Amino acid sequence: MKIRNREEAQETQLNMTSMIDIVFLLLIFFVMTFKIVELEGDFSVRMPLAGNDSVAMDSTELPLKLRMRADERGRLTSISLNEIDLGDDFTQLRGNVISLIGTSTPVEGDDGPEIEIDTDYNLRYEYVIRAITAVSGYKDGNEVVKLIEKIKFAKPRR
Amino acid sequence: MRVKSKKVDLAEGDLTPMIDMAFQLIAFFMVLINFAQTESNDRVKLPSSQLVKPPEAPLEFPIILHVAQDGEVFLGGDSFTAETLRVGLNNEIAVIKAEGKSVKDANVVIRAHKDTAAGDVQEVIRVAQEVNLENFALRVKEDRS
Repeated sequence: MKIRNREEAQETQLNMTSMIDIVFLLLIFFVMTFKIVELEGDFSVRMPLAGNDSVAMDSTELPLKLRMRADERGRLTSISLNEIDLGDDFTQLRGNVISLIGTSTPVEGDDGPEIEIDTDYNLRYEYVIRAITAVSGYKDGNEVVKLIEKIKFAKPRR
Repeated sequence: MRVKSKKVDLAEGDLTPMIDMAFQLIAFFMVLINFAQTESNDRVKLPSSQLVKPPEAPLEFPIILHVAQDGEVFLGGDSFTAETLRVGLNNEIAVIKAEGKSVKDANVVIRAHKDTAAGDVQEVIRVAQEVNLENFALRVKEDRS
């Protein structure tokens, strides 16, 4: 027997439009607020005011003196460590620091050697950070070998 | 004659893969989003160094100073020069003291632009030293190359 008027199988279909609207709004919100965060770290420096620091006076070890000179546009022209001229080469500076303090015993705490950075006023800060990087350690593979942890600045030169 | 009733057929594409992708994208961005975790300033472009690592624990009582290229200092939305900075720092110290801590517990985070004159940064440090702050952190970008 032939069956007429068979009911068509009806699919239940949700209306997706509103959901897609919301989904796209959310997507746009997250894309707009997305910002790739650059990882940042700190060089910690403990610098009390020179006058009332009696500990530094007692110390028998004088700080190493790092002098950085700049040209009138703020670029580095020369570095000298304890009056030894090192040109403008930070690897040479690191080499000199290693030879001065030795690497056999990594220093910890307050007893390590100290370095005083004396820069020309208009030297760009970037070079100071590069110098601090050079004197405070180096990377051996993934390990960081520390050299000098005590850093201070000389009086600003005007 | 019998007229067959014609159904209006809406041309409807299959939306499932698109919705899948859209949800995946949303999930991706939601996981990666972080609201202002870094205290950044548009006028400061940090120098970079290979030695620094992101700190494991956040600093105690940070006072964040942004030093722009021309030596202008920003502290909590206000702009100072090295000479007027003392006022701003005293306000911060008052807050710290109100919480029962000493000035020596505070950490001054210096975020200076990489082309700032080093002397300007030193002046900022000197002013901070004069109000008895002594812990400084020079903030730099991590260089992974």
